Amino acid sequence: MALDSQKTDGFKQVGTRPDRPDGVDKVTGRARFGADMTAPGMLWGAIVRSPHAHARIVKIDTSKAEAMDGVKAVVTRADFSTSVAPARGMRGEMWNTLENVMAGETALYDGHAVAAVAATSALAARDAMKAIEVEYEVLPHVTDVDKAMAEDAPVIRADTAEASVPEGMHPNVVRYHESGHGDLGAGFAEADLVVEEHFVTEATHQGYIEPHACLATLGGDGKGELWCCTQGHWNVQKVCAALLDLETSQLRVTASEIGGGFGGKTTVFIEPVALALSRKANKPVKVVMTRSEVFRASGPTASTSMDIRIGMKKDGTITAASGVFRCQGGAFPGAPMEFTAMCAFAPYNLKNVSQIGYDVMTNRPKQAAYRAPGSPMAAFAVESVIDELCNKLDLDTIDTRLKNASKEGTQASFGPKWDRIGLVETLEAAKAHPHYSEPLKPGQGRGISCGFWFNHGGETAVSLALSEDGTAQLAVGTPDIGGSRASMAMMAAEELGIPYENVRCTVVDTASLGYNEISHGSRVTYASGLATIKAARDAVKKLCARAAAKWGIPEDAVKWEDGCAVPSGPNAGEHDPMPLAKITAKMGATGGPIVGHFEATPEGAGVSFATHIVDAEVDQETGKTSVSRYTVVQDAGKAIHPTYVEGQFQGGAAQGIGWALNEEYVYGDDGRLQNATFLDYRIPVASDLPMIDTVIVEVPNPGHPYGVRGVGETSICPPLAAIANAVSNAAGVRLTQLPMSPPRILRALGTHD
Amino acid sequence: MSKIHVTTTINGDEVEFLCDPRETMLDVLRDRLGLTGAKEGCGTGDCGACSVTVDDRLVCSCLMLGAEAEGKEIATVEGIATEEKLHPLQKRFIEYAALQCGVCTPGILVAAKNLLERNPDPTETEVRYWLAGNLCRCTGYDKIIRAVMDTAAEMREAS
Ligand code: FES
Ligand code: FES
Repeated sequence: MALDSQKTDGFKQVGTRPDRPDGVDKVTGRARFGADMTAPGMLWGAIVRSPHAHARIVKIDTSKAEAMDGVKAVVTRADFSTSVAPARGMRGEMWNTLENVMAGETALYDGHAVAAVAATSALAARDAMKAIEVEYEVLPHVTDVDKAMAEDAPVIRADTAEASVPEGMHPNVVRYHESGHGDLGAGFAEADLVVEEHFVTEATHQGYIEPHACLATLGGDGKGELWCCTQGHWNVQKVCAALLDLETSQLRVTASEIGGGFGGKTTVFIEPVALALSRKANKPVKVVMTRSEVFRASGPTASTSMDIRIGMKKDGTITAASGVFRCQGGAFPGAPMEFTAMCAFAPYNLKNVSQIGYDVMTNRPKQAAYRAPGSPMAAFAVESVIDELCNKLDLDTIDTRLKNASKEGTQASFGPKWDRIGLVETLEAAKAHPHYSEPLKPGQGRGISCGFWFNHGGETAVSLALSEDGTAQLAVGTPDIGGSRASMAMMAAEELGIPYENVRCTVVDTASLGYNEISHGSRVTYASGLATIKAARDAVKKLCARAAAKWGIPEDAVKWEDGCAVPSGPNAGEHDPMPLAKITAKMGATGGPIVGHFEATPEGAGVSFATHIVDAEVDQETGKTSVSRYTVVQDAGKAIHPTYVEGQFQGGAAQGIGWALNEEYVYGDDGRLQNATFLDYRIPVASDLPMIDTVIVEVPNPGHPYGVRGVGETSICPPLAAIANAVSNAAGVRLTQLPMSPPRILRALGTHD
Repeated sequence: MSKIHVTTTINGDEVEFLCDPRETMLDVLRDRLGLTGAKEGCGTGDCGACSVTVDDRLVCSCLMLGAEAEGKEIATVEGIATEEKLHPLQKRFIEYAALQCGVCTPGILVAAKNLLERNPDPTETEVRYWLAGNLCRCTGYDKIIRAVMDTAAEMREAS
């Protein structure tokens, strides 16, 4: 529903491109990230990890390590909560997290934590870690999603499946999703052409450059302090408290600057371990993951196996579509199969559609969110089939998508009716873009794809305190993962009518605001932005009241204009505008501090769509793909700071290019991860990529005071498919498995003609 | 275990430290000298977040031992700005939003400055290959490359 007070033009700050407030800190090396903090008397922690994919822990002997110089504490599972209990599916998530943070009876994947040690130096901790002796009984393992569903697959954990899982499925299938509408049989019967295809994607890692790091202090009195790089410190507070049997409020968590997260820092890994070590040693403990630990033990995304079937008429009308999505998310429930299923056909207005999802456990690390979890894989499969249909029926790929596009009032493939959405606008902008009409050079192929993400609101608290000199301190609780402090300060300045530079936005600790949900779901500029605007409006109301009192007129006879209280209405009388700084200068004597607040759970996060255009060339001899041109078109609702919106578009596209062409978790027959370094898990480097062109479409979100939609995640939804379509068109053969690495492309070329 | 005594120059200042023979230059900078500008993204020479220069040569400080600093001139991100003044690259990086999270930024600035000192007029391809050892997961490099190219042009005009 539209907010009555939505402002869509006449902005002074919004839409400009000021310097970010943390810019100088970040270009001078002053900014403090997770690993940059120290404390007096600090120890270093190191974690012992299972070298086996699946093994019973028979015995852990810590005596040798404990006897070493400088070693102050060793912890195992016995040092964590015993009151957190397992339960089926996601209801057992707290126990799942505990089990993942420190293994209980069984190591469930290569890299699973089994013990930890704290010592007086990083080297001493590492030496002691090697002296901890763990006896394992190796068990059969499975790392592939399809194999994990097969009858003879080893059972990862019995009795984990939710009741919704169909009878007769392997116990590794733990959750099930089904949605859709219409009559598939009738729909497919109406089609002139039906294309059916099987798709596979490998697990990829978020690949943030900053490894997980934290500094923990916890006393025997249950009072603690935690500094860590996280996307959500209130969540860290809540989970750590539960895992260590603490009272939530006794643990104060401060979010450091964060060196990338992309969903991977929405949970805890080392934080509870550092706290447990600190409690035992009674000293601060710092734990920093190595890169190989990041790959082996922090969450990658799910890998998938998918079947898609779409029927189309000669004129391009889709008559029916169905998909089966099997996602493995490691040794715990939680693979985002429902999102995969729900996003798959979201761009299209379909009469007959069905989607089925399976959440499958394997002996791999517990998956974590990765930018629009599940959606990129679904788009890869669905948009590849649409491309194939267009090729076979000789249809224009954008016109065909336009013909079937979801719009305001049509029914989404997963149920609800769409509110105002901007898919058609992105398709039209893509069609009008010079990139789309540029002739291809020999050997090049062009690919198009749409992408969709829900976006999210979530619990949000913000406070805005005015200073005597008329400047403002804005306290937000959502870690700044891509320049959000600039956008928040802009929105506050817009409402208050003061310069951007006069607002200082800080991400504050858990003791300073009410609960703030994690910076995820592309929610920050939407929800913290909405909260900032409302908090500023709350402050403005209080400012107007002070002016009204001074003038001796009713509060509703004062309005706020350009940073001043001004009389308004027939009975207000004549008064000179009273600037903000004049009111705040006297606030101590006129009623005390002026602070605006907002605490709520905004529900109006508008969904977002994108259309990407890619040109790619395939070297027929080596199988190497080069991306020669890339254009992102995406609906941002309203771009607060357009430069950072472009940055989100470009970053998502680049990650998508890596996922499409190179990145994958490679497991050996022994179930061990084979490529836990940046050398072997190759993310795109500067020389791999072209410039990435961006078009910001603005179809205002009715649920935000300025029309903002989240932009961070949708940008990674189309690239896998867009690149696969470009590569398939360049190579003349359909690629159905990611990544499209040179060996896979050569294999595909070999089977062609 | 006995430690090694090292005397070196860092950002123009003479510095002495003791280090374990196994400690890397990056460990020494971060954990002994409080210079946390250089970051450890990998510890294996693959990400460039720990980039410093040693006698004007660009190196990954995670691949160098602290003991090897003896008698060398080391420059880190902390030395790029002079007092209150930012280097043109630093200004341009902020203006262009050539950083999102900023964890790669110290390494990229050290590497880019070193490039411009060698080659004041690099092509886009030269910039892309020079920075190929510096991973950035956030930006897709577009704004970084533009910032470096435009700073180079600005510095050429100014000189
Ligand atoms: S930390 Fe040195 S190259 Fe990555
Ligand atoms: S800005 Fe985050 S890694 Fe480069």
